[in-house]
Amino acid sequence: MRKLRLHPCGKFSERYDEELSIFGTDFGRLWLVVGCLILFAAIPLVCKPYVLYIINLIGIASIAAIGLNILIGFTGQISLGHGAFFGVGAYAAAILATVAGFPFYAAVLCAGLITAVVGMIFGIPSLRLKHLYLTIATLAGQFIIQYLFLHWESLTKGPVGIFVPPAKIFGLSLGGDHSFFYVVFISFVLMTWVAVNLIRTRFGRAFIAIRDNDRAAEGMGIPIFRYKLLSFAISSFYAGFAGALWAYYIGSITPEPFTLSLSVEFVAMIIIGGLGSIPGSVFGAVLITVLNEILSGAAKFFMNLGGMSDLALTIAPLREFIFGLTIVLFIIFEPKGLAEVWRIVRSSFRLWPFSY
Amino acid sequence: MMFFVQLLFQGLSIGFLYALAALGFVMIFKSSSVLNFAHGQLLAIGAFIFLALASWAHLPIPVAFLLTLVSTFMLGFIIERLFLRPLIGEALIEVIMLTVGLAYMFKGLLLFAFGGNLHNYPDFLPKGLALHVCAVEVPPVYVATFIIGLVFLLIFGLFFKYSSQGIYMRSVADNQTASLSLGVHVRRVFALSWAIAAVVSAISGIILGIINGINVHELSAVGLKVFPVVILGGLESIGGAIIGGIIIGLLETFTGGYISTSLKEVVPYIVLVFILFVKPYGLFGLKEIERV
Repeated sequence: MRKLRLHPCGKFSERYDEELSIFGTDFGRLWLVVGCLILFAAIPLVCKPYVLYIINLIGIASIAAIGLNILIGFTGQISLGHGAFFGVGAYAAAILATVAGFPFYAAVLCAGLITAVVGMIFGIPSLRLKHLYLTIATLAGQFIIQYLFLHWESLTKGPVGIFVPPAKIFGLSLGGDHSFFYVVFISFVLMTWVAVNLIRTRFGRAFIAIRDNDRAAEGMGIPIFRYKLLSFAISSFYAGFAGALWAYYIGSITPEPFTLSLSVEFVAMIIIGGLGSIPGSVFGAVLITVLNEILSGAAKFFMNLGGMSDLALTIAPLREFIFGLTIVLFIIFEPKGLAEVWRIVRSSFRLWPFSY
Repeated sequence: MMFFVQLLFQGLSIGFLYALAALGFVMIFKSSSVLNFAHGQLLAIGAFIFLALASWAHLPIPVAFLLTLVSTFMLGFIIERLFLRPLIGEALIEVIMLTVGLAYMFKGLLLFAFGGNLHNYPDFLPKGLALHVCAVEVPPVYVATFIIGLVFLLIFGLFFKYSSQGIYMRSVADNQTASLSLGVHVRRVFALSWAIAAVVSAISGIILGIINGINVHELSAVGLKVFPVVILGGLESIGGAIIGGIIIGLLETFTGGYISTSLKEVVPYIVLVFILFVKPYGLFGLKEIERV
């Protein structure tokens, strides 16, 4: 039996692969196994359908946020078009399922691939543009895709939307919150595993080099345009995959949700969670989704509280205010996001009673 | 022919408005390199303050106008001091998301205070302003837009060219470190440029409000229209913003008039992508030179 590794009292990596390792200690592995067990065995049994519904939404949002973090946090290409890519995935899955009669798993995977291609098309401007010019180009992409959702009626059925047939795998219906939970979270675990490991490969290191200084990266022999496109493709694949799951889960799609605000929500998730951190994307997705639910729940609560519906109507816009305020406060006070907060909390436990 | 002239005038005046709206945006970008996503909300705030003062508090129009300018000037200062100052030197994504967050905050507050309905200003423009060109009647609002637009563009042109504050602003935009070492108060320049930008935005917000009525959602949407305008003109160029505004305004109106009204909304962005491919730094923008 090999020796258990515990936390050293400093950074003592002697080889590069120690530096690259995912788990610093065997405790990390243990916690991962425990976490997975709780996730798959306990949560679906304990939770009420409504809570499970929110958890599913969190899982879907996390997949998209992880994809976006690969693009923004690791490659440094800011995209404001991710909401539209999410929509492309949703529409692709819906159209494949209804028109071409694809089965569930094929439709979701193909939707991811189609979105990856679309993402690469909108990543082409990164050949010449960077920083804010690229951001504005993706913003334009967002509006153009949004327009197509609404007006390419032969394909998207315009404002009427598309009904998506219920998901089935090998004759097994995946209709309810309960069974869809397993679909969402098995894909979530797989996608997270891929993302975490992708960052350790040459591709991931190339992404990080491009983020830190693209000219220098080019000088080191990294073909930056190809890697930028790859990053766009991977992150759009994640977005499209999540969008396809979402389409199957919700059951009908219209152009309405896939606006700039959805893109902003995704970027907010990774900013609040922590740029360049995979767990951070998940934290951010949890926080934003839960915040959304609490705020709309509060509005509904006031609405039903007889005689208070006027108050509810005036308070409703404060949802946007609170959403904005959360972003602003995080950026000003903890720009590294929840991942950093988590790290500080953990290390202060580990180092107690000494402060450092 | 009449239809064409009508569209031409409409397009020109919308273009002038875009130019005015873009002016505040360019001002902020020029001095502090901040891409302001809350610009539409700044327009809306100005328009609503004027609405509250002029038609609810029943102040005389010139007084209300002056008070609006003063209060938005203060607001610009406050925004810079509270939110932007802590972020000097931070990464682009954080600055962008901060202005996005501000946009949500302002929009929420405006909706909370004024609701999502369409409001209108009292009719205060003299009827005598109406013009007749080629048998097309140009309503007084558009004439006033032209006049106010020209006056303000002239004032800001002169301000940047000759006043010492304007020269400071240009120097900061050109090279922050160099101007700092030559004794320019860079922080004051930032604050001032936000304040002036807020004032300019308020003026364009009021003019937009006169033409289309005042609605939080519509005025906020104009803030996003500014992007094609400034990219076409070049992000740093005030003259470029004016020309870009007019081009985008004309393009939008003619597309709306001759092709389809729904395409009107998205045409500026299609043009935007095209420009970014062909001439990324716009017609008059400065090409960034990078040294590794």
